[in-house]
Order: sequence, then structure tokens, then C-alpha cells
Amino acid sequence: MRIAKHDERCVGSGQCVLTEPAVFSQDDNGVVLLLTDRPEGPAAEGARKAVFVCPTKSLSIMED
Amino acid sequence: MSQTPTVDNVNDALGTAAEAADLPTYPVTRTCPYSAPPVYEEVRNGERPKKVRMQDGNPAWMLTRYEDVRSVLADPRFSADRLAPGFPILAPGQREGLSRQPKFMLSMDGKEHNDARRPVISEFSVRRVATMRPRIQEIVDDAIDELLKQPQPADLVKWIGHPVPAMMVAELVGAPLEQQPYFRDLTSRILAKGVTWEERFEISKTLRKFMDELIASKAENPGDDLLSRQIIQQREEHGEVNFEGLSALAHLLLFAGHDSSAGLISLGVYTFLTNPEQRAAVMAEPKERIPLAIEEMLRFYSITDIGAARVALEDVEIGGVTIRAGEGVIASVYAANHDPEVFENPGELDLLRGDRHHVAFGYGPHQCLAQNLSRLELEVVFETLFRRIPTLQLAVDVDELPFKYDSVVFGLHALPVTW
Ligand code: HEM
Ligand code: SF4
Repeated sequence: MRIAKHDERCVGSGQCVLTEPAVFSQDDNGVVLLLTDRPEGPAAEGARKAVFVCPTKSLSIMED
Repeated sequence: MSQTPTVDNVNDALGTAAEAADLPTYPVTRTCPYSAPPVYEEVRNGERPKKVRMQDGNPAWMLTRYEDVRSVLADPRFSADRLAPGFPILAPGQREGLSRQPKFMLSMDGKEHNDARRPVISEFSVRRVATMRPRIQEIVDDAIDELLKQPQPADLVKWIGHPVPAMMVAELVGAPLEQQPYFRDLTSRILAKGVTWEERFEISKTLRKFMDELIASKAENPGDDLLSRQIIQQREEHGEVNFEGLSALAHLLLFAGHDSSAGLISLGVYTFLTNPEQRAAVMAEPKERIPLAIEEMLRFYSITDIGAARVALEDVEIGGVTIRAGEGVIASVYAANHDPEVFENPGELDLLRGDRHHVAFGYGPHQCLAQNLSRLELEVVFETLFRRIPTLQLAVDVDELPFKYDSVVFGLHALPVTW
């Protein structure tokens, strides 16, 4: 599984960071930052939840 | 997914004010802190969006399913412009009040909204907010010191619920320390029960003047605060300062941040005091579990239910009805957060539930800018209060507590406690 982000839509809610801090962070501008784009194990599970809670659909999952 | 519309009023146009006379009214008055106002159930039983009558007699669509609420709030075909024709009137004087002040981001759409919000999101990132913890701890400890000096019973809303959020805003905007008590007292007075509309208007004018003077002084002498950083950034990027924009921002922080935090602080303390077993479970591992309890209180009470209103910019099909351009929509975050298809036993308060996909902070591009600051503030309040005053208890029967059934933001007018 691979995570992609769409920066231009991110509004800096931080929901992804709170949900899965092993995968998501925010840069100095408050915009989402990926710590890895191929999370595994529990982090992959957390990343799925984060994708679901993101208020602006700035995150997506590719099953490749 | 969307059902085939049957012969029902839902497939008609929204209709006129005259035709709205018999619709359920909205905002609704809550009747009990623990159960949904009847209209929510009534509306939900229909599943599809229903018509309700707003304060001014005009009809609006009310959405109650989690899925529908999230789609409306994330859909650019709905506008958040509170002055646009058709935008639901939530409170008397809404349009007049807002038309007298500079437009804030809450009322903006698309690029305009993005341009206003982007420059400030770094101020509220999870990392930045965490650096504010020591100062928040100080603010909370000071407020508790004051509470402990009062004769018992003392009102927790007055000594913690109102001053702590006010001080947080003062801190954000960088109000000088010597002016903070003045700012705190003025802000708290707006929320006090029994204050008249005229008084509120006067205080609000005074607060605007306070903020405008503060912004002017930061422009001359920038400090280490949100407003100063915006000023410096604007000068670098545009060569000048957008004073009107900053005034709107400062006012929005106060307007959006005070009543809401105050409401959840008082409801949260009430919740812990009236659910001793759940409280014991939470406080057994405060660091891990207080944040879970906060998410559940956000979901369960959904205190700003009526905040998330919109108006359609074009015809949109949603939940089996066509919402036409110009028609108003209430995306009920309360109802969404109690949708049985999404939350198991939604009517049950379970502080360890651990669900964080609720929409208490809204959804879409307007989702609460300061949500992580609010979470931290609540965490510090609950942790510190019950650690420092383990004997805290209600001074009156639950039946006597003045819940804000009639207010735009749910909460308590007062919470008398002893210790
Ligand atoms: C428990 C406390 C709070 C709750 C439940 C809450 C809830 C909300 C909700 C539902 C919205 C979205 C409204 C909409 O979509 O039309 C919102 C937006 C906003 N909130 Fe909060 N809020 C809280 C605390 C705060 C605090 C403490 C501040 C500031 C210090 C704040 C600042 C804002 C701002 C600036 C917006 C507008 C964001 C935008 O338009 O992009 N909120 N809040
Ligand atoms: S949850 Fe979405 S909007 Fe919020 S910070 Fe993460 S990517 Fe950005």
C-alpha cells in the first residue's frame, strides 16, 4: 500500500498527525508531511484511519 | 446510498416562508444533556434530508446522516458565506451583526478562504500547539488558584470555564500581560447570564477596539505572537499589512474560541463529576485516556451543532433530494455524531470509546482551525483540576443545573461546586 498527499487541499487540521504520528507530520507551514509513503503493520492500519478522517480528502491510498 | 424519492414533500422545492409554518423549528431547544432533542429523531427516521423552519420563519434543509453531513461540508458547491441570500438564519440579528464587521474566514469560500486560512495554519499545527503547553498549564493553575480562594460553593464556569479560554486567546494574540486581566474580564462578561443584547454589543465594540489597538501596536513593535508573525509575513510577501484581515482574524479567534471552549470545559467537569466510575477509569491512566474522553465528549455533546450551515450555489442531489441553488442547509453535526450506522450505541456516553472520526469540529476546509489547541486546553484543565482538587463535587442537584438549552453553543450557565 502506498499513501499519496495532495498538498494544495490540506488545511492543516492535524487530524492525520493525531491519528497516525508514525506516518504523518506537518511541515513548518502547517501542511501535511509524509514520514513514509509505504507504511506497514499497525502504521498501515492507522494510515487508513487517517485517510478517512482527513477533512479535505488530501490523502489517498494506492494498493500497489 | 441515495434512495428513489417517493411521493413526499422532500422532492419539492424548499418552498416559501408561508409554507414553512408547520415545519419543525430549528435551532431546537435541547431538553436534557443526555438525550437528543426530539426533532433529530423525527428527522432521522425519514433518513433523507428534511425541511425545518429557521429563526426568521424561512425554511432550510436539515441533514442528519453522517455521510450526508460530511459530503455537504466538503462540497465546494455549497457556500459558507453567511451574508449570501438563502444562508440559514441561526440567531436573530445574525445578518445585521455580520454585515457591520470585516469578513472572516468562516464566511469565505474557495480561493478566498484558502488565502485567509493558509497563512495561519502553522500557528495551530500539532507540533506548534504542543510548545504552548507550559503556558496553558500556567493559565490553568492560576485560574485554579483563584477558584480555591473563593467561598464555597463557587461557580466553576465563572472561575475556570470563562477565564481560561479568554486567557488562551489573549495569549495567542499576544496581549501584553498587564492588559490580560482586563481582556479576560471583558470577554467573560459577554457570556455571563443576564447580560442584555445592548450590553453585549457595547462590550463587543470595546473588544474590537482593544484588538485593533493591539494590532496597530504590533505593527509598530512586532513581538513573539500570532498577530506579529502575520504582520511580518504580510510585509515580506505583499509589502503591506492587511489591517482589516487581521482585525477579522483576531475577532474570529475570540468569537469561535471562547464560548465553545467554555461550554466543553463546564460540560466535561460535569460529566466527570456525575460519572464517577468512568472518571476513575479515565484518571487511572490520565495521559492516555483523558484525550479519549475529550473525543467522546466532543462527539456526545456536539456543542456547536448549529454552526455548520451552508447555502447551495447550484442544484445538488444529496441523500435522495435535490437541493436547489439558493437554498439553505443545516449540516447537523450533532445528528451525524449520533448516527447509529456510524457509531455503535451513539446515545451512550463511553469515555473510553476512542472514536475520532466524529464531526464535532466540523468537516471540510472549515474544520476547526484551533482544534488541537482546544484539545490541549481541555486536557490540561481536566488533568490539573482533578489532580489538584480530587474532592471536587457538585454543590447542587443535577436537576438544578442551568444548562444552556436555549443557546447557540451548548454548555452550562453555571456549575456550583464545593471541595
Ligand atoms: C471545543 C471547542 C470548539 C469546538 C467544538 C469548535 C467547533 C468548530 C466548528 C464546528 C467549526 C466549523 C464551522 C463551519 O464549518 O462552518 C469551527 C471553525 C473554527 N474554529 Fe472552532 N471550535 C472550538 C474551539 C475553537 C477555538 C478555541 C478557537 C480559537 C482560538 C476556534 C477557532 C475556529 C476558527 C478560526 C474556525 C474557522 C475556520 C475556517 O473557517 O476555516 N475554535 N470550530
Ligand atoms: S488531516 Fe488532511 S487537512 Fe488535516 S493536516 Fe492531515 S492532510 Fe492536512
